[in-house]
Amino acid sequence: MADNEKKLTKRDLITVWWRSFFLQGSWNYERMQNLGWAYAMIPAIRRLYKTKEERIDALKRHLEFFNTHPYLASPILGVELALEEQRANGADINDETINGVKVGMMGPLAGVGDPVFWATIRPVLGAFCASLALAQNVLAPIIFFVVWNAIRMGFLWYTQSFGYKQGVNITQDLSGGMLPKITQGASILGMFVLGVLVPRWTTMNFVLEVSKVKNQAANVVDLNKLTDAANNGKLHVDQVRNVIDQVVAGKTVDTFKVTTLQDTLNSLLPGLAPLLLLLIVLWLLKRKVNPIWIIFGLFIVGILGYWAGILG
Amino acid sequence: MSAFFVVLFAFLAGVEGILDEFQFHQPIVAAALIGLANGHLMEGVVLGGTLQLIALGWFNVGAAVAPDAALASVISAYLVTGPAQVDVHTGIAVAIPLAVAGQVLTIFVRTLTVALAHTADRYAEKGSLRGVEMVHVLALIIQGLRIAIPTMIVMAVGAGPVRDALGAIPKVITGGLGVAGGFIVVVGYGMVISMMATPQLWPFFFLGFALSAVTQLNLIAMGIIGVVIALLYLQLSPEFNGRGGGSSNGGSSNGGDPIDDILNNY
Repeated sequence: MADNEKKLTKRDLITVWWRSFFLQGSWNYERMQNLGWAYAMIPAIRRLYKTKEERIDALKRHLEFFNTHPYLASPILGVELALEEQRANGADINDETINGVKVGMMGPLAGVGDPVFWATIRPVLGAFCASLALAQNVLAPIIFFVVWNAIRMGFLWYTQSFGYKQGVNITQDLSGGMLPKITQGASILGMFVLGVLVPRWTTMNFVLEVSKVKNQAANVVDLNKLTDAANNGKLHVDQVRNVIDQVVAGKTVDTFKVTTLQDTLNSLLPGLAPLLLLLIVLWLLKRKVNPIWIIFGLFIVGILGYWAGILG
Repeated sequence: MSAFFVVLFAFLAGVEGILDEFQFHQPIVAAALIGLANGHLMEGVVLGGTLQLIALGWFNVGAAVAPDAALASVISAYLVTGPAQVDVHTGIAVAIPLAVAGQVLTIFVRTLTVALAHTADRYAEKGSLRGVEMVHVLALIIQGLRIAIPTMIVMAVGAGPVRDALGAIPKVITGGLGVAGGFIVVVGYGMVISMMATPQLWPFFFLGFALSAVTQLNLIAMGIIGVVIALLYLQLSPEFNGRGGGSSNGGSSNGGDPIDDILNNY
């Protein structure tokens, strides 16, 4: 009995893990990730089934419709590997069970993967590295690449192994409270960080002049004497020192005090304009306006604002 | 030589545009690689950082296809760091229509792949594991060519015509695009937020906004504050504490402490 037992080797599991990186390679509108899923399962099929009939059946049941978050396919792969292994050894696991587990897990898991990976980890890491990049730090793309892939590869391996070990139990396990907590925690962090980013990395400068008043002569540093002295070649160090002292004392060198619209807005709350713009964008997105049109629209706003001298 | 690497990185970006695994298609990586191939690494990094902020919210959910970061970042990086030496603002402006074009190309390839899935079915009928594998890899190669071929076309047309065309754009347009480039990121933020926002989560957004607008705390400090707030919420929310640890079968749950659960399990 022990001699005949079919078992997936560690090497098989590693091959499946590597192949799961290519899950979406043949993404299509009909059955979505079906072929990529079969591609990832093939090392196991090769190991467990030796006759042609068995292989045809295995390929067919793994070419059914499948779609989830590409990273959350790994725990499902793990469970399916365990199921196929038991089936190859004679356990009574039919096609319905195998597809049922796949379909049953893919929906809820996709709902976890999208907010955690696409809407939290990548924007936060991306924004952090983008700020490094804008500061001309060459490490920015390297940090992004290394950190992301370390998280991803570790996650894929850990969840695949976890799924394999848990077998069928995983479905109950995942609904047992951990996942909602992780999703909720990540969403809170994500929303908080987005709030942080809005005033920091959005540049809106309203250069429009709201007021222009002549500064009182008493408050303006008199530079004329200094200029005359310099032109006549009689500049003395004390005159320069005197000017600096006046500046330090709080006098201005400008004849006019210009207040731009931006100064007025900043005195209310810095970042107010980007926040309002964001709320408008959210409203448009809610009305199912294609984001690309919103982007085009904002470009037009930028051009018109620049042309009219409001934005700069 | 640099042309070879540009095409290679374009291919990788195309492959990743569908896989979404290694992230060679993300602007910060793609633009840096193209810049490296052209010998202007720093311009690539800066352009990549700018485009990354715009593309923060570009991701595929389910069957919906987001604007294509791959084509946008590869070709605009080629224009900025390659022989055309276009400035960064123009590079960004060019990227947006390219993202639309890339989106159309992706949809086209994803439709074409339906036929390939049926080819795979025929190999499955014969029990050919090798055949199924090959069809999958072929589909992936087509996705790579989706970016590599348009890039080669831009390279073949040459820097001169591209630069002339971009140089003919009046100052109002380029200046305006530069201005718009400063706030176009809100669309990226908006897409992320519209996907996750619930009434429960909005207060955290405004808390982050207010702290950020009026303090000088840097991003790491902000991150720590965010994590603390999230953990506090999980700890105090009745939603997660009411039912205790009984519902979990396999984990090392020790009852009512969610932080312990998170730390123990992950």
